[in-house]
Formats: sequence, structure tokens, C-alpha cells
Amino acid sequence: MSKYYLNYIDELESEAIYVLREVWAQFQNPVILFSGGKDSIVVTHLARKAFYPAKIPFSLMHVDTGHNFPETIQFRDNLIKELGVNLIVGSVQEAIDNGRVAEERGKNATRNTLQITTLLDAIETNKVDCAIGGGRRDEEKARAKERFFSHRDDFGQWDPKNQRPELWNIFNGRHFEGEHFRAFPISNWTEMDVWNYILKENLAIPSLYFAHKREVVWRQNSWIPNSEFLKLEPSEEVVQKKIRFRTLGDITITGGLESEADTLEKIVNEVSTMRQTERGNRTDDKRSESAMEDRKRQGYF
Amino acid sequence: MIDNNQLLRFTTAGSVDDGKSTLIGRLLYDSKSIFEDQLEAIENTSKRKGHNGVDLALFTDGLRDEREQGITIDVAYRYFTTPKRKFIIADTPGHIQYTRNMVTGASTANAAIILVDARHGVIEQTKRHAFIASLLQIPHIIVCVNKMDLVDFSEEAYNKVINQFEEFSSKLLIKDIRFIPLSALNGDNVVNRSKHTDWYQGAPLLHTLETLHISSDINKIDARFPVQTVIRPQSESHRDYRGYAGRVASGVLRVGDVITAMPSGFTSKIKSIDTFDNKLKEAYAPMSVTITLEDDIDISRGDMIVRCNNKPDASQDIEVMLCWLQNETAKPRAKYLVKHTSNEEKAMIKEVVYKIDIKTLERLEDDKSLNMNDICKVRIRTTKPLMVDSYRENRTTGSIILVDEMTNETVAAGMIV
Ligand SMILES: Nc1nc2c(ncn2[C@@H]2O[C@H](COP(=O)(O)OP(=O)(O)O)[C@@H](O)[C@H]2O)c(=O)[nH]1
Ligand SMILES: [Mg+2]
Repeated sequence: MSKYYLNYIDELESEAIYVLREVWAQFQNPVILFSGGKDSIVVTHLARKAFYPAKIPFSLMHVDTGHNFPETIQFRDNLIKELGVNLIVGSVQEAIDNGRVAEERGKNATRNTLQITTLLDAIETNKVDCAIGGGRRDEEKARAKERFFSHRDDFGQWDPKNQRPELWNIFNGRHFEGEHFRAFPISNWTEMDVWNYILKENLAIPSLYFAHKREVVWRQNSWIPNSEFLKLEPSEEVVQKKIRFRTLGDITITGGLESEADTLEKIVNEVSTMRQTERGNRTDDKRSESAMEDRKRQGYF
Repeated sequence: MIDNNQLLRFTTAGSVDDGKSTLIGRLLYDSKSIFEDQLEAIENTSKRKGHNGVDLALFTDGLRDEREQGITIDVAYRYFTTPKRKFIIADTPGHIQYTRNMVTGASTANAAIILVDARHGVIEQTKRHAFIASLLQIPHIIVCVNKMDLVDFSEEAYNKVINQFEEFSSKLLIKDIRFIPLSALNGDNVVNRSKHTDWYQGAPLLHTLETLHISSDINKIDARFPVQTVIRPQSESHRDYRGYAGRVASGVLRVGDVITAMPSGFTSKIKSIDTFDNKLKEAYAPMSVTITLEDDIDISRGDMIVRCNNKPDASQDIEVMLCWLQNETAKPRAKYLVKHTSNEEKAMIKEVVYKIDIKTLERLEDDKSLNMNDICKVRIRTTKPLMVDSYRENRTTGSIILVDEMTNETVAAGMIV
């Protein structure tokens, strides 16, 4: 006789599939927010499982800051082709060109907060009523408070102090026109779970996650990749290092770490001995103690 | 690493200042689940606030208001893994005005940790938390007698708390209760065994959490499969495929089983149990699978596939223990939307049978208004039958929520009696 209980990774997978099916059943026009990072790759894979043998019934939506790693875009386009799903792109560059938003100024300027407007615009124009994200509660203290089904008002804003209670696994996705939801199928996964799952499922991920030689600059305690967008300070020097990225965001703010891990097994091993959180390398979260909470309230991922 | 490790979800309860946040911080810290940059961040905050040493409680209070006021307002989830298990902590606020958040955190928990301050013993709040844990049928309750350092690790003080607790908990329905003397602040009996409690024979908290027997917490007898959605690929390779996607709520379903689809009552046989990876011979809770049947019968979202000789009750009149979650008071005979598994119907609260005074746990037969945080026994009438089991037997098919159609808010959580 078999054991009749699931190990934790299978239970997390089953939970995520359940959430994805609820999204499909409760909303008219859901999309998967696809960044090209490992979390959204896992969510996309789970969606494939949830609706098999049918193909994924959602579009993928990418908020393109214009400051991408070329590898990420390549990966995205290949995946779209393989899955046969539709891709919606919201362009930050376009929003800047149209005067919807203005580029940040100063030394540590990024397009991070500009994404909020583009994301909300894309949600509105495409009449999206639920945007599925790869957010995890272990990532950050504001995210630790997220529901699986998270309500956004008609300005796209999150009200963390007034969230709908979420009991058992009964999700309430009812909303008025103009409002939308964010859904987080892998809420209960940790970074380690994601890596273990990628290894177990042998998922393809962008080459950036594997150790590779790259031109980088030491800035704010990590190796920032050299790119056409990087403005060098007089004291900074471009060097060659063997690095890999632990998370992927904009090329301007995603710091790499020196590493020799060039296989999935080695990455899993390396992650399991890490003493810093993955967001520790992202300058967008270093701005203040409640940087993430503030951005999330406004409608960030 | 991935092998047979199970997932344990637990919730923490206790009054303000009993040491909940400190205990969670201690569990994370001593099990080496805290990253250096997180530690650095709270070291800085601790210094700024003038604490000596690191205030481990700062790990759990997430929102800005919570950090500023130093209290927990909403449920926060934390994660840690040991070589034995993966843990999900739902850190819930203890205040009476956040009863609803406690109920939320308790709804999915396998275990509840209830903290008691050794100096104060069992207080009103403790009773309320234990009551909620029993109401939500959390299978395991661990009473942590905290701040033992402030009572000189006295066995007598500890026993006094146990006696107080057992005196009233005997009236509640709790399957498994344990007690642990500890100091969250200093780490005694949290992860490591304390040098100061020779008289305590039991295990420290972490070991207890790692070894709780949880596989029998799920109902393995009654096969229940609420259908979430129908999968029809209509592709070249799967032209006639019609699969019912859902998550097994309880019991086991096998290929070849004779099933009944409720509420229609049509019967058929399970032809296949499919997943992306495999075709399975059987599926059990909480697996997400897709089931195909031998016959083409009409089944859609909200229906339930069950074994033909073991069915839930199909009923329009149900009795529930209801926890009111909303600011707004319930209107008499008001209509709501009831959500039960994947099903949705209209419903009316016909009668409030009694309300529970959550301070004294007594039944109030006179006051029948439903206000925020109230817990009441009510009778509900639905427009169409729901396929229900009692909550005691089945936490999935025995639970409902009520939604106000005017505001779309979730207004109540109910456990079917
Ligand atoms: N002496 C002592 N103090 C403790 C212990 N646990 C917590 N405290 C203190 O009690 C206060 C409240 O703790 P906190 O964890 O914030 O309680 P919460 O409100 O239940 O989350 C803080 O000042 C803690 O340092 C303990 O075991 N011994
Ligand atoms: Mg607290």
C-alpha cells in the first residue's frame, strides 16, 4: 500500500495548480505576469500542468522596461513559441516617449517604479481582471502579508490593512468593473523550494542564472553588469568576473555574485548555503525599510 | 532533500506581549533560517529603538504600521525548513478585535501554538484562543508556557498553568494537547533543550513540531472531488477529451471506481486519473488531478464527484458555526452568496440560534446580532442544495464563506455542524 500523503514539494505544486484553476474559473481574462525570471517560469510551468492536456488558457504579459538582459527576451520569445500562447507587452520606453511617465534622475536612477504605470495601463487596456504573479511570501516582509487572491481597487492599489480574509481554500475573486485581482499561486514557496522544483522538473531557465564570464562593476555590494545603460562613476572600474544572477530584474539594478555554479545541481547547492536573502542584491529594495510595501500599495508586482 | 518531508502548517496565538513574535524569531534564528542581511536590518532597528541586543520579534512584524506600533495586525506568513520538515507559520494577532484574522490563520493549520505568560497563567484571551483552535478543528495544540526565566523556571508555576488550562479545555473538543515550558527570549526549550528545566521530560518545541503525526489529520475515508473546471483541449491529439479538474478534498479515488456526480446523481466509472506527468491508478488528498469518466455525463464546476456508496448530504438547510468577519452588522434575513468548495449559491441567514460570548464561552440566547468577530450558531437556507459533510469530519466539504453581493466582501466564515 502506498503512503497516502504528499511530500512538501508535491503539496506545494498541488496547491499552486489548485490556485491557477480557481483563477481560470473565477475570472474572464486572466494573464500571467511573465518577467523571464525563475518564479514566473515556475508559475508558467505550473499553468501548463494545471490545464494539461489543454494548452495554457492565459496570455503572458511582460512589462518591458527597455533595460532588459537580451538573454531574458530571447528566453521569453522561445518559451512563447513553445507553449503556443499569446504575449502582451507593456512598454515602459513607450510610456516615457508618450510623456506618461518621466525617467528618474540622479545617480541611482532606475525604471523600477516606472513599471507600475505601464503595468496598470496594460492591465486596463487589455481588460485584464486577474494578473497572476510569481510573488512569494518569503521574499519580503510586505509580501509576507499577501493573500492568494489579492484585491486591487480601480486605481490598481493594494490596501494591506483592509484585505479580504481568506479562509481554508475558498477564494473570493468577486470585484467591480475596473478593479482587478492579483493571484499568487506560489505564495507558500521559498527560494529554495523554487530551485528544488526547477531541478526536479528540469526546467529550462535563462543562461544568466548559471555562472558565466561577464563585464561587471562593483557597486552597492554586488557586481552590476556593464551595459549601454550604465553610467560609470570616476572611481568605478569595469572588470571581468565569473558571476551568476540569483534573481533577474533590470540589467541596471540586478547584481550578480561570483560563482562557479554552472549546473542546476551546483546552483541548488550554492543557494542552500547562502547567508543573504536573494533581494539583498537588488538595489530597488535597499532604498528604505518599507520600499516594497510602498511600491506594492501603488500597484507594483 | 525532497524525499518524504511533509509540510506542517501551524498558527501562533497568545495575548499581546506573551512573546509570540519573539518565539517565532527564536525558532527561525536557532534553526538557522535567518539570512545575514535580515539579521543586520533588525540589528540596526533594534539599536535605533534603544534595545540592548537583537529584538528577534522584529522579524515578523511586516507592515509599516505594525513596526511603528509594535503589534501584529494581519496574518503574516513565515517559512522555515529543517532536515525533517518544511514549516509554514501563520503569525496571527491576538487582540480580540482581530479574532477574524486568527480564524483566518487557523483555518488551514495542522497545529496551533498557544502562548501563555508563566507569570499570568491562563487568562481570558488564552481561553478564547483555545476555543477558536477547537472550533476550527486544528488537530494539534501545543501550549507554550513562556517567560519561564521570569518565574525561575519553577515546575510549580508550570504545573499551575497546565492545571488551569486543562480545567477549561476538557470542555472543548481538542484531539491532541501538549505543554512545553520555555523562554522564547533566551531560547530555552525552543530549539535546544533547556539546562534549567531538568524536571521537564518532554521534547523542545521544534522537535515536537518535527514529529507531530499529521498524515492521519486528513480524512482518508470519504472520497470527495469538487470539480473546479472542465478541461476540453479540442486539439488534434485530444479531440474528444473531457476531463474534470480538481483537487481531492478527502479520501482516495481509483481508476475503475463507480462514482456518482452530485447533485445530478448520475453514475459512471472512473476511466482515468490524469496529470501532466503521469496517468495514475489512484489519487488522494490533497492531490490536484484531472479525472475522466467512462460515460459522457453532464458535470461542471461546482459539482462533486464522490464514490456511489458514500455520499455527502445534499441539503438546503444547514446549521453552521459562523464567525462574522465584517465591520458591518448582519442584516436580519439578508441574502448572501455562499461559497462552498467550488460551488456558489444564494443563501439567507434564517435564524441565529445563539451567540457565544467569546470572553466567557457562554451561550447567549438573547443577543442575536451578528457583529464583527462574533461567533454564532446559525441556520442558513440556500436556493439549491449544497453537498456538505460536517466540519468535524471534513474541513474542506464542511466549510463555507458568505459574500455580500453588494460590496463583494467576504463577510463570514462558517463551519457546518
Ligand atoms: N523575560 C522574557 N521576556 C520575553 C520572553 N518572550 C518574550 N519576551 C518579551 O516580551 C515582550 C513582548 O514580546 P513579543 O514577542 O513582542 O510579544 P507578542 O506581542 O506576543 O508578539 C518583549 O519585550 C519580549 O522581549 C521570555 O521568554 N522571557
Ligand atoms: Mg507580535
